[in-house]
Amino acid sequence: MNKSVYDSPDSTAVSKRHILTVLVDNEPGVLARVIGMFSGRGYNIDSLNVAEVSNDEHLSRITIVTEGTSEVVNQIEKQLLRIVPVHSVSNLDEEGSAVEAEVALVNIDLNDSNKKQIYEVCDFYRARKIENENNSIIFEIAGASERINRFIKEVNQITKIEIVRSGPVAISTYKNTKED
Amino acid sequence: MKQEMTGAEVVLQSLVDQGVEVVFGYPGGAVLPIYDTLFKQNSIKHVLVRQEGGAIHAAEGYARSTGKVGVVLVTSGPGATNVVTGLTDAMMDSIPIVCITGQVPQHLIGSDAFQECDTTGITRPCTKHNYLVKDPNKLSPVFHEAFTIAQDGRPGPVLIDIPKDVQFAKGNYVEKEKIIIPSHRLFEPEIFKNDDKINEVVDLISKAKKPIFYIGGGCINSGPKASKLVSQFVEITGAPATMTLMGLGVIGSSHPNSLGMLGMHGMYEANMAMHECDVMINIGARFDDRVTGRLDAFSPNSKKIHIDIDESNINKTIKVDVPVVGDVTNVLNKLIQTWQERKLTTNSSDLKLWWNKINTWKKIDCLNFSNDEKEIKPQYAIQRLYELTKDKKTFITTEVGQHQMWAAQFYKFEKPNRWLTSGGLGTMGYGFPAAIGAQVANPNALVIDIAGDASILMNIQEMSTAVQYRLPVKIFILNNEYMGMVRQWQELLHGGRYSESYTDSLPDFVKLAESYKAVGLRAKKPEELDDVINEMINTDKTVIADIWVSKEENCFPMIQSGSAHNEMVLSKDQKQDESSAEKGKILV
Repeated sequence: MNKSVYDSPDSTAVSKRHILTVLVDNEPGVLARVIGMFSGRGYNIDSLNVAEVSNDEHLSRITIVTEGTSEVVNQIEKQLLRIVPVHSVSNLDEEGSAVEAEVALVNIDLNDSNKKQIYEVCDFYRARKIENENNSIIFEIAGASERINRFIKEVNQITKIEIVRSGPVAISTYKNTKED
Repeated sequence: MKQEMTGAEVVLQSLVDQGVEVVFGYPGGAVLPIYDTLFKQNSIKHVLVRQEGGAIHAAEGYARSTGKVGVVLVTSGPGATNVVTGLTDAMMDSIPIVCITGQVPQHLIGSDAFQECDTTGITRPCTKHNYLVKDPNKLSPVFHEAFTIAQDGRPGPVLIDIPKDVQFAKGNYVEKEKIIIPSHRLFEPEIFKNDDKINEVVDLISKAKKPIFYIGGGCINSGPKASKLVSQFVEITGAPATMTLMGLGVIGSSHPNSLGMLGMHGMYEANMAMHECDVMINIGARFDDRVTGRLDAFSPNSKKIHIDIDESNINKTIKVDVPVVGDVTNVLNKLIQTWQERKLTTNSSDLKLWWNKINTWKKIDCLNFSNDEKEIKPQYAIQRLYELTKDKKTFITTEVGQHQMWAAQFYKFEKPNRWLTSGGLGTMGYGFPAAIGAQVANPNALVIDIAGDASILMNIQEMSTAVQYRLPVKIFILNNEYMGMVRQWQELLHGGRYSESYTDSLPDFVKLAESYKAVGLRAKKPEELDDVINEMINTDKTVIADIWVSKEENCFPMIQSGSAHNEMVLSKDQKQDESSAEKGKILV
């Protein structure tokens, strides 16, 4: 249940993936405060996403995917709430229903021999081709991380690719989610 | 009313508006405008230290002895990095501090300019909050918010970094009454949403057969009223109470329900009672590893109640049954009120059996040591210091090590805010500057830094500060020529190989004092001790009393690392069992 060097009474708890969504004042250093807390206290960040969500109120939403037992994640939430510019922290997994999505951009090494196969896979996964001035073959795919994983795996079996992923963002499916 | 002034003037006006009387600091290039403004006014006193590390510990001592915010003013670069230890210390021990640092002008930030460092970056993890103020109009709102955050909820250090150009620039001053701080930036107590918790707590206590109060520094931070309420509740319930190192003084040492300190070098009876209790009431303590010992054997059969203002302390290391998040004063008021309204009592025959058991543990007399006619025993030195100073208004500060634990064991505290020690961080060099801060705040009190010969050298330069401001601080050195606690651990866990723990070439502390135009005294034999202590107390000057004590005395009783509360070692002859000693070695 804890990370103390002193033996823990309960070391059998299950570790699982959690998505935390943190609403913060968009002020200098706020991201450093959040990620510094994770590294300083030895917690994991599997992925991190941050963007302003309200321009007039200067609010940003940070989405963090982490892994840990419910005790560890509970402690992470409380430590986040100690940070002065943090408004609220939600653990979407514990709140029940949430949808998540991420975006990936994939630069594909395309030639005559693999062209047909690649386009079939992209069609199947609804990956969208993005035109660009260098005429390189770049696809955009959005959706659940699992689906993107499968897409990447399949394309990778055909040819060399370069990938960039946003990491997931997520939102609760309950109506009128109160912000803070 | 808005009025335009320079950034430096806004800084001073904010401090005045916040009721600040004293600033501990050290000037430098990046704070010259603030020092210039300081020169032109009379409402704020500046205490010039000799190293910035001294300034922040002095501010901690000032804060801890008064309950007010301690204020520090230092320059950029090395000025800022030198306060990092003190900021971390204040963070760990929840001391309200506002630290102002100068920064290079904005156009030089990021250019590796002279005396530039990323102060907000470096201090982010060791402050409650910090600011880099780029606009002189934002200075006063930032200052007022900083003072609120430093004191609000669980207190702590806040740092404000001000580029030099902002100190020169003109800006508006806004009074503190006009600043509205959004609620999410402050502590939001939730206790009173939930009266069930209060009822659950009193029910558990009234049904307990073997209750114990476990009292921490949070009771001191909550203000003097909290200590009274805690004592009152302890009396109403008739339960025993033990205090952490930071909580000493909440309940008077002479109080019949007090079992004294618990933990690694705590009282045998306190630790045994913690181990055997059936209901534990933690008020303002955080289950620190010095207190709990081995977690899987910590108080195995008790229901645990935890009252803490910082929710992150709940279930952090020890899982508790009833958490109550709130300020000690508010929670205790509510508990006492509910207890009385519901006319609850504890079962007196159960409590009698419990006290009988505790009294048998007390008979072990765990602080017993064999006194000596030729050598001064360190424990004896503290006992005599206590006896000869107990009737005065005395503040005790300490450095860190054996002398600190002996002071905690043998000096008896009857009131809160009289005991100033570095608990969480364990900062050697804390005690002397902290004593300076406490003496500045309490000019007529007797302020004594109980020190070791190694610790005192870590901030010895502050002798110059103490003498300059005619602060009659007393430094009481238990001199064994060793880093005593390091030596003790080497003896117990590392086969007596005293690697680098002996201090060769110590200064002659009497001559050292004299070189600063202070008074130096020395006691080499037990019969000289009382005279030296009396002379020290009666000298209205800074005094170093160099007390030569037994060199290889160990601090007992002790829960060795990796052991549990009921496995205390009472003396050198009693060995810890091999397997837990091996396991304990890796711990600190």
